[in-house]
Amino acid sequence: MTTATLERLAVSTDADVVRVRQAVRTFAQQARLSLVDQTKFVTAASELARNMLVYGGGGDVEVEVVSDGRRTGVRAAFADEGPGIPDLDLALTDGWTSGGGLGLGLSGSRRLVGQFSIDTAPGAGTRVEIATWSR
Amino acid sequence: MTESVPILKIGTTLLVSIQVDLQDDTALQLQEDLADRITRTGARGVIIDISGLEIVDSFIGRMLAAVAAISRVLDAQTVVVGMRPAVAITMVELGLSLGGVRTALDVERGLAMLEPDEESAEDVLLAAAAEREQR
Amino acid sequence: MPPVAMQSLAQILTDHADAVRSAWITAVADELRGRTSRGELEREQADIFDALVEGLQRGGERIGDEPFDQLRGILSDVSSARARLGFTPRETAVGVFALKEGLYGLSAQGVTTDVTPLLRLVDELGLFTFESFAAAREAIIVEQSEQLLELSTPVVKIWEGVVAVPLVGTLDSARTQVVMETLLNTLVETGSAHAIIDITGVPAVDTQVAQHLLKTVVAARLMGAECTISGIRPQIAQTIVALGIEFGDIRTRATLADALVDALRSDRRTAATVLA
Repeated sequence: MTTATLERLAVSTDADVVRVRQAVRTFAQQARLSLVDQTKFVTAASELARNMLVYGGGGDVEVEVVSDGRRTGVRAAFADEGPGIPDLDLALTDGWTSGGGLGLGLSGSRRLVGQFSIDTAPGAGTRVEIATWSR
Repeated sequence: MTESVPILKIGTTLLVSIQVDLQDDTALQLQEDLADRITRTGARGVIIDISGLEIVDSFIGRMLAAVAAISRVLDAQTVVVGMRPAVAITMVELGLSLGGVRTALDVERGLAMLEPDEESAEDVLLAAAAEREQR
Repeated sequence: MPPVAMQSLAQILTDHADAVRSAWITAVADELRGRTSRGELEREQADIFDALVEGLQRGGERIGDEPFDQLRGILSDVSSARARLGFTPRETAVGVFALKEGLYGLSAQGVTTDVTPLLRLVDELGLFTFESFAAAREAIIVEQSEQLLELSTPVVKIWEGVVAVPLVGTLDSARTQVVMETLLNTLVETGSAHAIIDITGVPAVDTQVAQHLLKTVVAARLMGAECTISGIRPQIAQTIVALGIEFGDIRTRATLADALVDALRSDRRTAATVLA
């Protein structure tokens, strides 16, 4: 394999969010996702990367192509060392925002991907992991 | 600083064609520039061509809605044209609706959509004149 | 020491290559008579044999070992090719298991070494072939059902600027997704500003299906097109109301014809150019 299967990016500026989108798209294409699934995954990644920047004070993104032998998929993890999310259920509710946005970041991106998991605690940062498998 | 998006003026319409993935601050800059150009030129319509965009996340969605709202206040109509199918599907899934923004398939149709309003001023005058003649 | 033993087995195979391969190919050819030519079988076999010997020389013991990477590649290619050509699982696996015929004959050739490890390896190769065959078959089934899905949702242009998709049969979420994508893509390809989804042939509409239809309509609007749903039978209208499904401001019409007239009327400019 000549193509990269894992990439790590630091997010600390607006320009980094664009770089995350581009990297994630390349990986989603490599994982042979359909155009719609690619678009959904990249959009989710964009939301999560921006969340990280706005609420978590920046963080790191890790993106990779995964395979279970039969299907391929793309997986991305967003980790920050920000204040964490005190009320997760509330944060995952449509339309709820603490940052003046539309409040679609977390709940919306969850709908755009195949798998979504979140690990957070007040003062302990936030880690969101998303994955979509090819059909 | 990042490059700004060029705004073209055709008659009483402003045309913006977004060709590259926009950084958040570039999008905000475009929003300001447009408000500025509408007031300076007295434009009656704004067409934003997003056929070059591979994703529209909540940030860009909010920018488009804001431009439409601002131009309404300044008595101009905004039409967003050329949204790709995959982008539209993703926006619906994300829960973004672009509430109140008019849309068209392409620039040509967007221009056609703006025409009736431009003519209506003349129509009103002509109708009034005809009415007076009859009296 | 196992690696040494495997390498000596490789030596035995090389020394008796002709005998082993001819017994092997005879067994396979008997089984596959008429399905494939002997020349083709020989080529295939030479590839497998060489990869096997090379793997053994490099100390491979089990099928999963790295020295057998190439062998696994060849076997999975051969099995998926067979699956596509309609071979039975038996016809596919025999190509590998018949190698044992060649190995059984070794003692007659005066070989006294215990070839059990080789026989065990051939079993593993056979199982691997089986698995690859099954995986290839599964992939074919998935492909076919996708093709069927596309066939079952023909989006047609029924007038300048108007495309329609008649839906027949039950709508599940995978199918509605395909409908949605094809319909929206056709709007762009044909430059049509009107879409009609006709559900005359849909036996039931539940909350989920209604949700999908709604999403399609909203997505079409984002692209600058209007979408009408036609062919709502009285029964379905009743269910929709009974279930309390909100169709909101979505345009619904009783028949496809009504929807077409409506689409043309709502865009009089289009209608005028068409009728001119």
